[in-house]
Amino acid sequence: MNEKIALSKNAQSVISLLRILIGWHFLYEGVLKLYNPSWSAKAYLVSAETMSAFYQWLAGDSLIGIVDTLNVVVLILVGLTLILGFMEKQGALLGVGLLLLYYFAHPAFMNSAQLGAEGNYWIVNKNLIEAAALLVIYMIPTGSFFGLEMFRKTTTQLKTI
Amino acid sequence: MSQENKKTWTRREILKGIAGAPVVGAVWWAGANKSSKKSQSREHLLKTLNISASPPPPSGSMAGDPIRIGIVGFGIRGTQLCRAIGFAQKSWLNEKSEQAKNNPSNTQLKSFLEQENLNVQITAVCDVFDVRAEDAVDSFSTDEVNVKRYRTYTELMESPEVDAVIIATPDHWHAPMAIAGLKAGKHVYVEKPMTHNIKETYELKEIAESSDKVFAVGHQHRQTQSFLTAQDVIKKNILGHVSLIQANTNRNDDNGAWQYNIHEDASLATIDWKQFIGNAPMIDFNAEHFFRWRKWWAYGSGLSGDLLSHDYDRINCVLNMGIPNSVMSSGGIYTHRDGRNVPDVFQTNMEFSEFSTGTSQSEGKVKGMTLVYSATLGNSYGRKTLLMGHDATMELGNSLSIYVDQGTSRFREDVEKGNMQAGIPIFDYDPTANEVDGISSATTKYFADKGLLWTYRDGKRVDSTYLHLREWLSCIRNGGTPSCDIVAGYEEAITSHMAGLSYKLGRRIDYDRESGKLIPINGIDFDKALLANKEKVA
Repeated sequence: MNEKIALSKNAQSVISLLRILIGWHFLYEGVLKLYNPSWSAKAYLVSAETMSAFYQWLAGDSLIGIVDTLNVVVLILVGLTLILGFMEKQGALLGVGLLLLYYFAHPAFMNSAQLGAEGNYWIVNKNLIEAAALLVIYMIPTGSFFGLEMFRKTTTQLKTI
Repeated sequence: MSQENKKTWTRREILKGIAGAPVVGAVWWAGANKSSKKSQSREHLLKTLNISASPPPPSGSMAGDPIRIGIVGFGIRGTQLCRAIGFAQKSWLNEKSEQAKNNPSNTQLKSFLEQENLNVQITAVCDVFDVRAEDAVDSFSTDEVNVKRYRTYTELMESPEVDAVIIATPDHWHAPMAIAGLKAGKHVYVEKPMTHNIKETYELKEIAESSDKVFAVGHQHRQTQSFLTAQDVIKKNILGHVSLIQANTNRNDDNGAWQYNIHEDASLATIDWKQFIGNAPMIDFNAEHFFRWRKWWAYGSGLSGDLLSHDYDRINCVLNMGIPNSVMSSGGIYTHRDGRNVPDVFQTNMEFSEFSTGTSQSEGKVKGMTLVYSATLGNSYGRKTLLMGHDATMELGNSLSIYVDQGTSRFREDVEKGNMQAGIPIFDYDPTANEVDGISSATTKYFADKGLLWTYRDGKRVDSTYLHLREWLSCIRNGGTPSCDIVAGYEEAITSHMAGLSYKLGRRIDYDRESGKLIPINGIDFDKALLANKEKVA
């Protein structure tokens, strides 16, 4: 908490901006998938390049429906928490988990195909950077500075006074 | 921390608190709007094209007394056909069980065990190689059914313990055995090409047409979902007038060039050499000729009968265009100069000057089509099968894609409005998109990509050979005509032979639609030419 106090308003504004941009990205992906009934993560999962047994299991007939729904729900949920600045710590952690799942299915290793990726990556790619940025959001929540958290926090603290 | 003690918020704070809400609204609106536009344009396309990708109703019931099957030829294809009707060799079961233990994603054994019981018995086998015949007897005999080995095919055909025969021998035995089977009152399933020369093609057609037994040729791709979808595409005239078709064979591995294993126990003591040779020219025992018979015209049919026959029938089952008016072929032995006399690079142009798939243009403007078949056994780049029409091009394999043509008449408005763009498929049917296929070799991949190995029913992968044999068995039990019957078989065989003959003779071979026969060429015996070396014919 002390670190938070030490942050300048400008720094808090910049981190809030980062938080909203990442939230924007998650929410847009989630909404597109929500409104596209034929979308499925199956192809992405079955073509996984590491831990393929795990990803194949997720892509199996019995699980894929739940996996697809969960993916959309988590994307939207993370997007909402980050943009609105409400429970963003939990949202950021969920987001890190989801991004790591994406990352390890198609990691930027030397010999992996990196299907669909534009640009050139070695170990570090956009998924990994976005996950790291979410860790920053997790460590330095700004919802009470710019977001709905402001009301909740004040309310709870009022109760404790 | 002065905020903590406040009970009310300033307007500025409220704005900062809820500033995210309009962002959420904007992003949500943008995403929903984009999705809706995408789905509207998809719906517009699907409505315009109205292609039905539904599978045919399954073939009929397998109830009743078991059908008793005799197997003639228990080599590579013979064992595959047996598996398709539910009988696997012990050695295969052991091998697949080991593979499944080491690699859980290998589901070949599981799929085999889950396959429907077709209510058949294998009661007889005939193979001139002792090892194979004994393998079948040993693997398929049960407490109830003792598989009997017959030394000659004629004995098997005459056996009262056999209702139907499956023939998977070298090509030069297909017709004599099929004819003997039909004459003996057996139902017949014969591998492709249906025959090995012209005379026996005419003869088999006559006998099969006058027989009340069910006759089928082993072009299993007729069961492939994508080809059935393609039939609907043609029926709805989506491609417009198809003027050119290209079909190809692209292989670059030993197995694909018919360099099969030579069994270590092969000898005059274990192989009935005289019976293998049959009506082919007698030569001294030669194990390579026995196991790699596809490399010689005396027993096989080269690229024309072996692989062109597949590609031709794949197109014929979609277009039903029949036998070409004329055929011109060329090629040579350029990639495998190992003593074979069949070409390994081979091109054929087939002319269908009276045929049309339909038109979207003015009447009388278009008619006629060329099918170009091009093959090499020295390169495996996957050239696609393309049906090229005035309005669109169809890419055909186990998947199916349709691309609009820039010069289309039918879809001009959609192209101008940007609803359709050249280069982006306007229709895509890919049953494998959600499936990882365990493909074991380059040749297997070649066949799988062509839709020759498996297809899909209700989203599940199904062996198309199983469906094809099931259809034949259903016709035996419930009546009906198999999809690759004597008519389709005749068209496939005659076309393949025309291509082989043209290569040998270096000239055009013509077909007379009225008589249903080839137009003779003075001084040339077609059957002799088909069997001989190109050099000798020239």
